[in-house]
Amino acid sequence: MTRTRVYVPRDAAARSVGADDTVEAIAGQAAQRGLDIEIVRNGSRGMLWLEPLVEVATESGRIAYGPVAAGDVPGLFDANFLTGGAHRLALGLTDAIPYFKQQERLTFARVGLTDPRSIADYIAHGGYRGLTAALQMEPGAIVAAVTASGLRGRGGAAFPAGIKWKTVLGAGADQKYVVCNADEGDSGTFSDRMIMEGDPFVLIEGMTIAGIATGATRGFIYLRWEYPDAKIALDAAIAAAYAERYLGENIRGSGARFDLEVRLGAGAYICGEETSLLESLEGKRGQVRFKPPLPALQGLFGKPTVINNVITLASVPIILDRGAEYYQHFGMGRSRGTLPIQLAGNIKRGGLVEKAFGITLRELLYDFGGGSLSGRPIRAVQVGGPLGAYLPESQFDTKLDYEAFGDIKAMLGHGGIVVFDDTVDMAAQARYAMEFCAIESCGKCTPCRIGSTRGVEVIDRLLTGDNPAKQEAILRDLCETLTYGSLCALGGLTPYPVLSALNHFSQDFIKPAAAAAGRR
Amino acid sequence: MSSKPPRRVIPIKVEPVSSLSASERATVDDACARLKSVPGALLPILHAVQDALGHIPKDSVPVIAHELNLSRAEVHGVLTFYHYFRKDPPGRRVVHLCRAEACQAVGAAELETHAKRRLGIDFHGTTSDGAISLEPVYCLGNCALGPSIMIGNRLQGRVTPARFDELMNAP
Repeated sequence: MTRTRVYVPRDAAARSVGADDTVEAIAGQAAQRGLDIEIVRNGSRGMLWLEPLVEVATESGRIAYGPVAAGDVPGLFDANFLTGGAHRLALGLTDAIPYFKQQERLTFARVGLTDPRSIADYIAHGGYRGLTAALQMEPGAIVAAVTASGLRGRGGAAFPAGIKWKTVLGAGADQKYVVCNADEGDSGTFSDRMIMEGDPFVLIEGMTIAGIATGATRGFIYLRWEYPDAKIALDAAIAAAYAERYLGENIRGSGARFDLEVRLGAGAYICGEETSLLESLEGKRGQVRFKPPLPALQGLFGKPTVINNVITLASVPIILDRGAEYYQHFGMGRSRGTLPIQLAGNIKRGGLVEKAFGITLRELLYDFGGGSLSGRPIRAVQVGGPLGAYLPESQFDTKLDYEAFGDIKAMLGHGGIVVFDDTVDMAAQARYAMEFCAIESCGKCTPCRIGSTRGVEVIDRLLTGDNPAKQEAILRDLCETLTYGSLCALGGLTPYPVLSALNHFSQDFIKPAAAAAGRR
Repeated sequence: MSSKPPRRVIPIKVEPVSSLSASERATVDDACARLKSVPGALLPILHAVQDALGHIPKDSVPVIAHELNLSRAEVHGVLTFYHYFRKDPPGRRVVHLCRAEACQAVGAAELETHAKRRLGIDFHGTTSDGAISLEPVYCLGNCALGPSIMIGNRLQGRVTPARFDELMNAP
């Protein structure tokens, strides 16, 4: 009899709710019952409310059970779950679960499917086909394919990746670099983490292609310290790629060279800003640089540098494998391809949804997300991290598209959607946005460094009810200074959450006069 | 033309003044020796020291500065810029509690209040028995399963106040 394969994610989110205990229980029960099974620690399928999600490989496909706590395991064995037996936690075929089935998984095609420690598994599931294609192409043709795909930076700024690459390709230098921005600091986002833990090879492949396309021979992944599991997964994958000669000198006999290593950040949100990240990689304080010069011309150690987000780079292999047209055919307007969207906060079915651009917020929140976790009405969602606008229910029909979000003074950012129910105090959220900016400001420019602290103070005064019209005018004026006077997006975008809270939820900023009198 | 008198070189070996213990000094020296030639070595060295000692002793600053040919001010500047690096020894377990929006939406503020009261310390504090240090963190990437904390390197999701107490009581 062949060994039955059981999949239990090693993803940090799955582990945070007991996946390791579940694995231990499954192994223990199997041993006790004399059953020969193989446990594979895969990535997460992204249905995080179902974690730990246990899957069993059967003749008809992978059958899911979840969420499986260690205590549920003996019952699952009693119900013959190894052959897909019925059980109250049974979810049927994983691929048929509507949340999963209705997605368009391009970048995340293998996450949850494969063993992220196995390069053989990666290759068996279509991995390294993009690199193989790229090795047959001229650098200019690779760059042209990325440009034609319409891929824009998924970190938040949405700058066309191909244009950036073209600048680096055209720059003459003795050394060029590829830097991956894996400092995923936005609250409500975890797609970078999931792909680094669940399919690290796709990022390595994407960076290798970027190196070959632009003439860069050395790469760094700048990873935040808060992701220790991703560090382990990446280090293991990089070692495997070197062993199989997918990294190093003479990649797969092509003569091309690319070296790659992981560097850890140290808890500074600002280091997600590209120039600050480069300073940090150079061993300095993570302070923002003036632009120009562009990093594409003078980046890491003053050399031409491709710097892209994890998802941007991880989307490159499929573009080279299936062609620019295939990728470009997804999406709407100038937002092409797919976006891995993260449903977070107070949401019933939180997780990762990869969809083509054009889906509405409402579809995501209710069709996928199932409404709030608390069961109360959803009052506000913050899209795009701590610098993203708070959107009220009246804007839930906005389509996920860079331009559509820009039109309503909001931004898609890295695709995180944080849901709040009707117990949220939007004045407190606005104050927090200023407080966060004050904590994380790098201190280089005055509007951000001082304006954020003044912002907290003005909001506090506004909430005491002390001449609120005047305080509001000062707050709006301050936001204008931050927007137009800051050096980077931290100061420049902090007004988004503040002003959207003030504009859409103004009633939260009016405190009862009695309370105001009491505080005076 | 008269030849120039030979240039006198006064050998000065600047040894950084440091009162690190012998074992701490060995750790810092080892980190510097292993890493000082990598490009942008300062952060990797600081990480290595903190990984080994739990913190970066103030007196390691002149040693690292000397090894990297930087000023002490530059090393101090980097050390103090990053929230993760700590100058004081932590408790036996470091608990990072997420304060960011996604966790706020599911009760992070209540958890924060509970944690501070339960441990009797504020953020950046260590319990008097040296068991636990409490630190704020802004996102652990577990935003669909909040409120989240990290104990050492181990992420925990759906942390209710009761679950927090359980985790703190666990050995």
